[in-house]
Amino acid sequence: MEALQNYLSSLPGACAQGMIWGIMAIGVYITYKILDIADLTVDGSICTGAAVCAMMMTMGAPLPVAMICAFIAGMLAGAITGFFHTFMGIPAILSGILTQLILWSVNLKIMGIARDASSAANIALSARNFDLCVNMMEMHKSLVVLEIFAVVLIAVLYWFFGTEYGSTLRATGANPAMSRAQGISTSKSKVVGLVLSNGIVALAGSLLAQYQGNADINMGKGAIVIGLAAVIIGEALFGWLSRNNFALKLISVVLGGIVYFIVYSTVIYIGLDTNYLKMLSAIVVALFLAVPYWKKKYLSNTNSIEKKEAKALLKAQQKEAKKKGEQ
Amino acid sequence: MLELINVCKTFNPGTINAKKALKGINLRLNPGDFVTVIGGNGAGKSTMLNAVAGVFPIDSGEIIIDAEHVEHLPEHKHAKFIGRVFQDPMTGTAATMEIQENLAIAARRGERRTFKWGISSKEKKHYRELLATLELGLEDRMTAKVGLLSGGQRQALTLLMATLKQPKILLLDEHTAALDPKTAAKVLELSDKLIAENNLTAMMVTHNMKDAIEHGNRLIMMNNGNIIYDVSGEEKKNLTVEALIAKFSESSGQEFANDRALLT
Ligand SMILES: Nc1ncnc2c1ncn2[C@@H]1O[C@H](COP(=O)(O)OP(=O)(O)OP(=O)(O)O)[C@@H](O)[C@H]1O
Ligand SMILES: [Mg+2]
Repeated sequence: MEALQNYLSSLPGACAQGMIWGIMAIGVYITYKILDIADLTVDGSICTGAAVCAMMMTMGAPLPVAMICAFIAGMLAGAITGFFHTFMGIPAILSGILTQLILWSVNLKIMGIARDASSAANIALSARNFDLCVNMMEMHKSLVVLEIFAVVLIAVLYWFFGTEYGSTLRATGANPAMSRAQGISTSKSKVVGLVLSNGIVALAGSLLAQYQGNADINMGKGAIVIGLAAVIIGEALFGWLSRNNFALKLISVVLGGIVYFIVYSTVIYIGLDTNYLKMLSAIVVALFLAVPYWKKKYLSNTNSIEKKEAKALLKAQQKEAKKKGEQ
Repeated sequence: MLELINVCKTFNPGTINAKKALKGINLRLNPGDFVTVIGGNGAGKSTMLNAVAGVFPIDSGEIIIDAEHVEHLPEHKHAKFIGRVFQDPMTGTAATMEIQENLAIAARRGERRTFKWGISSKEKKHYRELLATLELGLEDRMTAKVGLLSGGQRQALTLLMATLKQPKILLLDEHTAALDPKTAAKVLELSDKLIAENNLTAMMVTHNMKDAIEHGNRLIMMNNGNIIYDVSGEEKKNLTVEALIAKFSESSGQEFANDRALLT
């Protein structure tokens, strides 16, 4: 009974955490879904956001300033990855890993500033000492604040990706060759996407630091997997709702994050060893990522678009071959 | 309108796979020229068109479009001058975007993209009228994803996109090769119509000798990285497929070899 009580009382917390990670996953959505880049920078930039926010607060900055700085720091991290990828020609995955490593050192240094030390692995950001917008003690307020954050963010992104400029990012992810033929600099689009994405991830990091009451060098470990999980779960469970509407798709991502953390709480309630959670998430994400591949490979009679197109192409080729044979 | 001066391109230079694909191409197109390009496998036809489009940097030579040197510009800056349709129907359009979104992106080729909304209702009306002229029923499917269209529909749409904003040069690289004969003929007819209506300067690579003779006002033949035959006017009109093949053997000392060539 007590366990059940604990479980039920953990649900609002799961929702709050889910929303924070859902906001983070919107950043992942931009790179992974829109630009077709798997960006591992996020494991570092979420911590950068947390570290910058906690450090600035400790140094006496007001919360909005601290959060804006966290956002900018994340954008810089994305810019580094973009630079590696487009200017130095390094594959996107490797570029992200390199930036992640750079951020490991940078994050330690940032947190060191707050402690007046050369580096620090964590710093506290307690609601007792600071005026925070989300924290575990005021769950109701936190949920409202996070909701507002999510709604405003989604509204801004809906507008951005609907503009002439935002369309170039979508085109770049959809078909780079076509984009360049239409005068779009795909390198620039990718950098802008990475910058925007990591800014959002860092902003989520600043919210996470407030929520859990500290910034910690390890808080970003596996963040990409949680982000992808939120995107994938959102799509699987709420994809039928969103259809072609971009705003609804982003809402599904946030909902995906919430579902992820409710499952997480449930797993704890059931009594599973929580050490297995990261492994489980990774396996679930791996399976979901495999689905489109398996569909293509094993379900020969799906009427997916690619299948239809492949068939049409094959038919054309056969016709041509036949024609050649006739000559 | 377009001038190529001594354009050279080697792929994989300095390796055993080094391939001299263009060996000093000289070509001058006058405004309104519609040039068909033929040649054997690996003759350098696609490479020449890609050089004009700026897909890769050339080794040496000059490319001048409308009195502007473009050989040092990246691909996306060439786009201001050039409309393109590719051999693969998948290449020219964004499958996951709507028909009208693809058109809106093409309508802004070479322009600054602002933070204005990506497509206006005035535009939509214009696109609907344009799509209706294709007679493919696309005007009623403007918000459908392009990935749902057939290869022929996609090529027709790509043609529309390439000419939506008047290009200085239209490049067509075997753009009907992946289509069935009936669709290919329709897309070719549309190409002719758009080129004539907009008075475009165009280059069209084709493996169909008959098409090469029947379309355009000028024909060039390529072999082994060189232009070996360049004919226009009355002389071109009077060409026959046999004469072309004979011309090829005469100029190159080889049999004409293109496994996809249609000689009849
Ligand atoms: N990206 C590339 N890397 C290396 N070699 C290339 C590349 N593109 C073309 N080539 C080579 O350059 C030569 C010219 O190729 P190109 O594609 O221009 O021929 P083409 O005239 O278009 O022939 P086809 O009728 O087969 O399309 C060929 O030998 C080809 O193998
Ligand atoms: Mg070719």
